[in-house]
Amino acid sequence: MNEKVVVNKDKEEEVLAELDAFAELPDAPPKRKFRLSWVGWAATGVVVFWLVICLIGPSIAPFHEMDIDGDDSFLSYGDPDYAPDGGFVANEYGTFYLGTDYLARDTLSRILFGARNTIGISLAATLLAYLMGITLGILAAVKGGWIDMAISRVNDAILALPTLMMGLIVVAALGTSISVLIGTAAVIYATSVFRIARALGLDIMVQDFVEAAQTRGEGIWWIIKSEVLPNAAMPLATDFGLRLVFVVLFVSSMSFLGLGVPPPASDWGSMVRENLAGLTYGSWAAIWPAFAIASFTIAVNLIVDDISAKSGGSLAKKMV
Amino acid sequence: MEKEKLFEIKDLRISARNDDGEEVKIVKGVTFDIHKGEVVALIGESGSGKTTISLATLAYTKPGLYFAGGECCLFGKDVLSMSPLEQRDLRGGNVAYLAQSAAATFNPAITINEQVTEAAVLHGRLSQAEANKRATELYHALELPDADRIGRRYPHQVSGGQLQRLMAAMALCGKPDLMVLDEPTTALDVTTQIEVLKAFKKVIREQNSAAIYVTHDLAVVAQVADHIVVLYGGEIMEQGSADQIINNPQHAYTRRLMEAVRPKPESGQGVALSGEHDHVVANIEVKDMTAGYGGIVDGEPVIPILKDINVRVMNGHVVGVIGESGCGKSTLARVMAGMLPPARGDIVLDGKKLEGALKDRKLEELQKIQFVFQMADTALNPKQLIGNIIGRPLEFYHGLTGRKKHAKVSEILEMVELPPAFANRYPMELSGGQKQRINLARSLAANPEVMLCDEVTSALDSIVGANVIKLLTKLRDETGVSFVFISHDLSTVSSFADEIVVLYAGRVVEQGPTDEVLEPPFHPYTRLLISSVPEMRIGWLEDTMKKREMAVGIARGVEITAVGCPFYNRCPLAIDGTCETRSPPVLELNNGHQIACHLTLEQLEEAEAEAQKILLGYEQLGKDDPQLHVP
Repeated sequence: MNEKVVVNKDKEEEVLAELDAFAELPDAPPKRKFRLSWVGWAATGVVVFWLVICLIGPSIAPFHEMDIDGDDSFLSYGDPDYAPDGGFVANEYGTFYLGTDYLARDTLSRILFGARNTIGISLAATLLAYLMGITLGILAAVKGGWIDMAISRVNDAILALPTLMMGLIVVAALGTSISVLIGTAAVIYATSVFRIARALGLDIMVQDFVEAAQTRGEGIWWIIKSEVLPNAAMPLATDFGLRLVFVVLFVSSMSFLGLGVPPPASDWGSMVRENLAGLTYGSWAAIWPAFAIASFTIAVNLIVDDISAKSGGSLAKKMV
Repeated sequence: MEKEKLFEIKDLRISARNDDGEEVKIVKGVTFDIHKGEVVALIGESGSGKTTISLATLAYTKPGLYFAGGECCLFGKDVLSMSPLEQRDLRGGNVAYLAQSAAATFNPAITINEQVTEAAVLHGRLSQAEANKRATELYHALELPDADRIGRRYPHQVSGGQLQRLMAAMALCGKPDLMVLDEPTTALDVTTQIEVLKAFKKVIREQNSAAIYVTHDLAVVAQVADHIVVLYGGEIMEQGSADQIINNPQHAYTRRLMEAVRPKPESGQGVALSGEHDHVVANIEVKDMTAGYGGIVDGEPVIPILKDINVRVMNGHVVGVIGESGCGKSTLARVMAGMLPPARGDIVLDGKKLEGALKDRKLEELQKIQFVFQMADTALNPKQLIGNIIGRPLEFYHGLTGRKKHAKVSEILEMVELPPAFANRYPMELSGGQKQRINLARSLAANPEVMLCDEVTSALDSIVGANVIKLLTKLRDETGVSFVFISHDLSTVSSFADEIVVLYAGRVVEQGPTDEVLEPPFHPYTRLLISSVPEMRIGWLEDTMKKREMAVGIARGVEITAVGCPFYNRCPLAIDGTCETRSPPVLELNNGHQIACHLTLEQLEEAEAEAQKILLGYEQLGKDDPQLHVP
């Protein structure tokens, strides 16, 4: 049989001291510093850059977004006819740093002007969608019963309709304007936010700490404000980035169909659609706005990912 | 008798990396051997590295950990340096792992037999036909009911204890050299634990396989282990034969662990009816209460849980509620707290009838009754600071704000023996025992008259749990609050409660002062519970299996019956024709001690004397009989 006998006497005093000095005590509270990784910082930089462009874009743009500068459409960097030395293309109106589009408008200026429309509309619509979705979703989860039933069924009905079709009908009925566009996008995307918020709410409502608040006699608003929302915030924020991308694409699709931002005002989505034909001539006019959309939406997602990974990412996973 | 060395674990080191990429040592150089046919127990509290070490025999670490050094040799070959293909053969082939929860291990959609034989066939150790034959042999060896056919069932069709034993069959099917058992009985009721322990022990002996038994429970270890390794903070504190560690521990930490082991439930521990606390008025009382789930039809709950309950909690007293899982202990507390309105009956606080539903109760009534949840992990909002968690009841009930609130929070933190600086921490930054203290502190902050504690020590390590009980005793003495203390652990209850209520299948089978309940005459169910609490003594398992109540009482689950005594199918003294048809009368004994049983007092006393005689006889006759003998 195993006859090995060991008594680790060296450690004896140390261990006892630890036990007596409250052995359960963790050494120190873990660092609670809010730290972004370099990716997070870079992404923040990109987002800040675009937000600044929203504000000052029109004043730094070399041309107006609606100026048609000659008839030189689809010019691109290094075009030998317009830039004999290589480099930026130019004609008698001026230099086009990112070339011109299908109507010979300056692409750079249109991107700088369009930031306002694209980011503004998308952000406004997404925020509005979140406001509606969270309010109704948490309400449905907390109240339950027929309130939940009523809101959920209406939500299902809206979800059943194809988003673009739905948008077309609403805009056709109410007319094309930016506020209608924002409202429509918000309602459409609020449905998915509602489902997430409701599912999260239901999960949180059965946690013991909510029951503890209920046995204390707390009111429904206090429970929502103090117990439910703080725990739902991180998973919802993670979803926000993704939803924003969808809204940008939705707004772009609507613009393409002529029901979004009314031309000739620029927005990035319609710029891509307008200039698609240019791709066959080797024009970059469709690439630059696409790049702008990508840089903004990816940056937003990276920030959200970074925050949720650093702080309570595990909790978000647990809750979803 | 010298046995061959199976595993040699030499200076094993396992580490993790923290966020800053620094090495954090988890296992700091552990050395021990496992011989053939030997059970080695790894004991220690959570964080001692016991599971991590046991997994090293499978050349596996949990994600985030890595082997930092040392060897883990099976028949002289280091498993840590094996190729992935060899390791694949090792896992499930040479070494089988049994996780803590059988319910989570089995796939609910596949029959038991398929899962039991899967590893053996997959590793080519047996053909499917051989594996089936061996599985059936193992079912017999593990004394499973209907052993020839149980393999065709699905996991949800057998009881929890049976599933735990089937997991042993799964591990043993491929004749592994070593079994790793990770806390296999920790989550079980005491009565089920015995059933599982007995089967494990028998099958390990018969198969002559070696095992690593990971647990924090010394009393369980004393029953199964040959060799014990005591761990603390990833280091071995002491190792030696089971006999030596249990009977003659050398290291101070081992002795500390022994002190925290639940003592055998004995009378005379509580401060029962000391007179000082005694008031004539019942503080909270439950009268003829029936409750259940699924709505109420014709005054009866659709799924009845509790039936005709009468419980009184006197001012400043501690009433312990015990019973196996599924007996309705938590439901009783939930009804008292107003979370579940009763179908019938009254809850009376200070002579005033309370409304059944939470929303109909007055704020001051809510404040007087506070519920303490079992799991501090889920009972504390992870997004609130401790100061806000404790501060909220102060603000809500007593209108304290600002500096006054802050001062009171510090005071309450000191009451639960935590530094006031903890107010600025989040629950995740505390250990399990500390969270449980915060959980208690939140209820204390309401300044309640009754605290309903639902299994508050069950999820904690033994030393930590013992400290929480000490704290509760202190709080009771300081504040004069009445406690309803729910636990499935009779020894914890007996050390703390003035009175005990024994619940079985939603009915009170026995209640009275602790001293009376823990002294004969017993209700047969109380007898079963008392006999099932493991003692820290080698050979206890064998002794206790000789008792008559064990033969009938274990290996059966709680069934809620509509008529008769619910315990009759597990009762060694059941009277056929009477017990299953008529509800038992209540025998009134001294000091308010009540037993609900068809047997007369004389018959119960006689049965007790008989049981003692039989036990004594066995002790004289067959002390060294190695076979487990069940009369």
